[in-house]
Amino acid sequence: MEELIQRGAEAEIYRSTWKGRPVVIKRRTEKSYRLPDIDRILRRQRTRQEALLLSAARRGGTATPIIYDVDLSAAAITMEYVAGRRVKDCIDALDEPEQQRICQKIGEGVAGLHRQDIVHGDITTSNLIMSRGRMYFIDFGLGEKSSAMEDRGVDLHLLMEAFAAAHRHPDLFSWVMEAYEAAVPWGREVRRKVADIAERGRYVVRE
Amino acid sequence: MICLGIEGTAHTVGVGIVQDSAPVILANVSCMYAPVSGGIHPRDAANHHAGVVVDVLRQALDEAQMDVEDIDVIGFSMGPGLGPCLRTVATAARSLALYTRKPLVGVNHCIAHLEIGRKMTEARDPVLLYVSGGNTQVIAFLNGRYRVFGETLDIGIGNCLDKFGRELGMPFPAGPAIERKARNGRCYLPLPYPVKGMDVAFSGILTAALAKREEASLPDLCFSLQETCFAMLTEVTERAVAHTGKSEVLLGGGVAANRRLQDMVASMAAARGAASFCPPRSLLVDNGAMIAWTALLMHRHGLTTPVEESHIRQNFRTDEVAVTWRS
Ligand SMILES: Nc1ncnc2c1ncn2[C@@H]1O[C@H](COP(=O)(O)OP(=O)(O)O)[C@@H](O)[C@H]1O
Ligand SMILES: [Mg+2]
Repeated sequence: MEELIQRGAEAEIYRSTWKGRPVVIKRRTEKSYRLPDIDRILRRQRTRQEALLLSAARRGGTATPIIYDVDLSAAAITMEYVAGRRVKDCIDALDEPEQQRICQKIGEGVAGLHRQDIVHGDITTSNLIMSRGRMYFIDFGLGEKSSAMEDRGVDLHLLMEAFAAAHRHPDLFSWVMEAYEAAVPWGREVRRKVADIAERGRYVVRE
Repeated sequence: MICLGIEGTAHTVGVGIVQDSAPVILANVSCMYAPVSGGIHPRDAANHHAGVVVDVLRQALDEAQMDVEDIDVIGFSMGPGLGPCLRTVATAARSLALYTRKPLVGVNHCIAHLEIGRKMTEARDPVLLYVSGGNTQVIAFLNGRYRVFGETLDIGIGNCLDKFGRELGMPFPAGPAIERKARNGRCYLPLPYPVKGMDVAFSGILTAALAKREEASLPDLCFSLQETCFAMLTEVTERAVAHTGKSEVLLGGGVAANRRLQDMVASMAAARGAASFCPPRSLLVDNGAMIAWTALLMHRHGLTTPVEESHIRQNFRTDEVAVTWRS
C-alpha cells in the first residue's frame, strides 16, 4: 500500500512499508515542460547522486534516512521514514532559545557534510527534519562531492536565502554561521564567500 | 488619480500614464537604446536617455490627451539598474515634480514588473519569474515583502542570450533571433544544467554552447541553449511554487516574451494545478506604465519620496521595500 504524502518540487513522496519497516518512496516524476532528452538524464543522475550522497553522509556521521532500495530506471529511492517535523513548519513558532538550538544543529550538520567534502546543493528548511533530537538532512539530488570553498559558500548562501525568504527571525542565519565556523577551520573563508555570492546576483554590468 | 511614471534602469527609457479606473493605461511610450557594437555601455545609454526623454514624455502626454498639469503623481524607476541611466531618469522625474509641484514616488523596478502583472492579468498572489537582460529572479510575496526565492548566481538570462547572439553575429537584442532559429533545431547538444536550490547560473552554459559552434548547426545550438536555460528557469520557478505553496505563476521581463519559455512555464503550472499568467509584450519589457502603476499604488497608501531623499539605488533589493499596499 502506497499513500502519496507530499508533492515536492521535483518528486512525489509516498509512504509505504518495506519488510515491515515504515518507509518513504521518493519518485522523481517526468516533467512535461522539459525536453525528454534532458529530463531522462537529469532524473536518473539526481536519483543516483542522491542515493550515493545520502549513504556517504550517513557514514560520515550526518543524520540521513537509511536507504533500502534504489531503482534508477524508475528514478525511485526507498528510504527510512523519518518521523519528525520539518524545520520549515516548526521554526517560526518556537521561542528564541529553541530556534537558536535548531540553528546550531543545522550549522553543525552542514559543517559535518562539508568536512566529508559533500555539498548538499539545496539546503532549504523543507529539506531539514528534526527527529528525536537529531537534525536530519534529506533531498541530496542537487548535491556533489566537492571541497571547493566556492561550492561551500553557494551551499550556505542557499540557506541564507531560504531563511530570508521564508522565515521571520532575522538572526537565524547568523546562528547557523556561528555554529558552522566553530566546527570547521575554513569558517571565515566561507563566510566571506557567502557575502561575495550575495553581491553577485545583483544588477551588475559585465563586459 | 492620474500618475505618470518614467522608466530608465537599462537600455529603455519609457513614460507611462495610468489612472485608478479602467482603462488603467492611458499611455505607454518607450524608446530603446541599441548599442552600435558590443553590449550596453552605461554612459552611452544614459546619453541616449537624456536625448530622448523629453520627446518620449511629450508623446505620452499626447497619447493620453493630457497636459502636464493633469498629472497628480510622478513615479520613477529608482533602481536597481545602471547608475548613469538611473541618474538621468531621476533628474528628469525630479525636475518634472518640482515644476508641477506634484509628489514624487521612487519605485523598485523589479516590484513594478510584478505589480503591473497583478493589475493587468488575473494573477493575485503569484510567484513571479522575472527574466530580463540584467535581472533573473524568482519573487513572491511573504510576510509583508516581496522576497527573492531564487536568482542568478552570475549573469542574467537576457545577458546570456545577447552575448551568445553577439558571438554568432546576431543583432541586439538577440533573444528574438535565437527564438526563431531554435524553431528549426532538431538535435539536442548536451549542455551543463547548473541549478543550485532555487538559484541558477548561465555563464558556464554560454561558454559550453559557444565551444560547440564549429561542430553544430546554428538552429541546433539555439535550440539546445533555449531548452537548457528555460528548463532551468521553469524548474526553479516550480521549486518556489512548491516551497511557498502558492497557486499562481506570473511572467515578467523581456525574455518572458519568448513563446517557448511561456509554454514551458504554462505546462509546469498546469501539471501542478496552478494557474499561469503572462502580460502582453508591451508590459513584459521595461516600460513606463509599470512604474506609473506601482507609484500610484504606493501613493494611494501614503508613500512619497521627498526630492532630497530621491537618490538612485543601483543595487536596490527587491526585499528592501516594505510592501504596505498589500495586506
Ligand atoms: N525520508 C523521509 N522521511 C520523512 N519525510 C520525508 C522523507 N523524505 C521526504 N520527506 C518529505 O517529503 C518532502 C519532499 O521530499 P524531498 O526529498 O525534499 O523531495 P523534493 O526534491 O521534491 O523536494 C520533504 O520536504 C519531507 O516533508
Ligand atoms: Mg525538498
